[in-house]
Amino acid sequence: MIEEVGTTEQGDLVINVGPQHPSTHGVLHLVITLNGETIKKVEPHLGYIHRSIEKMCESLSYRQFIYVTSRMDYLSSHINNHGCALCVEKGMQIEVPARAKVIRVLMDELTRLASHQLWWGAMAMDVGALTPFFHAFRERETINDIMEETCGARLTMNYMVPGGVMADIHPNFQKRVKEFLQFFRTKIDEYDELVTGNIIFCSRMKGIGYLSPESAVSYGCTGPTARGSGISCDIRKLYPYEVYGELQFDEVTVAEGDCFARYMVRMQEMRQSLSIIEQLIDNIPEGEFQAKTKAVLKLPKGEFYSRVETARGEFGVYIISEGATTPYRIKFRSPGFSNLSALDHMARGHKIGDLVAIMGTLDLVIPDIDR
Amino acid sequence: MFLKKYISEVFGAVRSLLKGMRLTGYYFTHHKEIITQQYPDNKEEMRLPDRFRGEVVMLHDEKNEHACTGCTACELACPNGTIKIITKFDITPEGKKKKALDTFIYHLELCTMCNLCIEACPTDAIKMAQNFEHSVYDRSKLTKKLNKPGSKIREGVE
Repeated sequence: MIEEVGTTEQGDLVINVGPQHPSTHGVLHLVITLNGETIKKVEPHLGYIHRSIEKMCESLSYRQFIYVTSRMDYLSSHINNHGCALCVEKGMQIEVPARAKVIRVLMDELTRLASHQLWWGAMAMDVGALTPFFHAFRERETINDIMEETCGARLTMNYMVPGGVMADIHPNFQKRVKEFLQFFRTKIDEYDELVTGNIIFCSRMKGIGYLSPESAVSYGCTGPTARGSGISCDIRKLYPYEVYGELQFDEVTVAEGDCFARYMVRMQEMRQSLSIIEQLIDNIPEGEFQAKTKAVLKLPKGEFYSRVETARGEFGVYIISEGATTPYRIKFRSPGFSNLSALDHMARGHKIGDLVAIMGTLDLVIPDIDR
Repeated sequence: MFLKKYISEVFGAVRSLLKGMRLTGYYFTHHKEIITQQYPDNKEEMRLPDRFRGEVVMLHDEKNEHACTGCTACELACPNGTIKIITKFDITPEGKKKKALDTFIYHLELCTMCNLCIEACPTDAIKMAQNFEHSVYDRSKLTKKLNKPGSKIREGVE
């Protein structure tokens, strides 16, 4: 039951935040019930950017539907495409060449870095610091340029195809990524210097938006949101896909469960991504970048599920096939939707100013929630 | 004891603020290079990567010949119905009928630059161009005919 805007019988104030509010991310509409300045209830309203992507995919072939998923979580579009390609490969039993696997993981981690950089800038801007946004975008721009050179686009790359990647890496790719690694190693320390230790930032973050491990599990939170509550849920570690099983990296978990813990998880994840890229960039095996596949892909009759770890959490693709060239039904399990559902639980009892900080640490991308 | 903790907290807080201000001050005094592109002032020297997807174009050589056989592989590969191919029947010198391209219609307003048509083309007749300035006053101008008038298929392309 959604309450109307105004004053309730108990004297509580019901107001709208969004859908076009400058402090929210995208077209998120929240109806919040306030007692004075204290939040009593938060109700997210969805549907403002619903495009029925799952239904659209039912009329597209297995090569075509991958590009649509870029439009869901546009900040980690490459990883979304990766999940879809994995699911089709699972159904068709396509063996992906070793070179393509490494290129995919490299691109995934670059996307994750770019996504976390944007989150860092936007998060700091949410709590009132404008400068970090420009710092973050300066570094993100170099990743986008690398993407543009190899994939041909900056945000919605559509670089994954069933059986590998669309094109081989650009001759400049390795050189530019190495330059970026060197450059970003110094910049990430600046990030810490600028924001992490800042007393104003810490007092806005610490002890705010507590999410217990039990409720993180029961709300279905994944990704940095759950790992900030001490839950181990990294798909890259638990169910390794591509070459993640052979790599040396740590799953970052912080036990505190407040906003600062989620912040620290993402900051540490950026360092882990850097180390993954460092391990792989000189070890790209020679060979094909794309397996030979049939011109028309037909998945055998049955149900297929695959999952990947995006920058926000677990992204799952569930395909039901009837043996035709198009899927019978597709379901996407997007991380943003489950993470948003925990917002009410986290925000209750806090001040209205803290709501924006909590939303910032959830790293919401609205097209991912609404689909 | 309480006072000592309080004072050390205050000093720690001030130090954390100064640390951030030091970095901001550094960048304020060391603005060596301009990071953003000065578009559109740099239009002449601006170079986009070769693989950048701006729009689909059909390649024509100096004899006004293209490589499109009208096989509609790109039309089938496109997820949005961006491409429409109209074919005709040419009469070969031997008197046989041969399918050939009549009009290659490209709806730029529907295109998402996913590159699937380029991947599907068996004769590499189309490619992505780097032009990204597509704004026009009338949306009907976005529907383009890609094969040039009077062009025909190159010899030997099947």
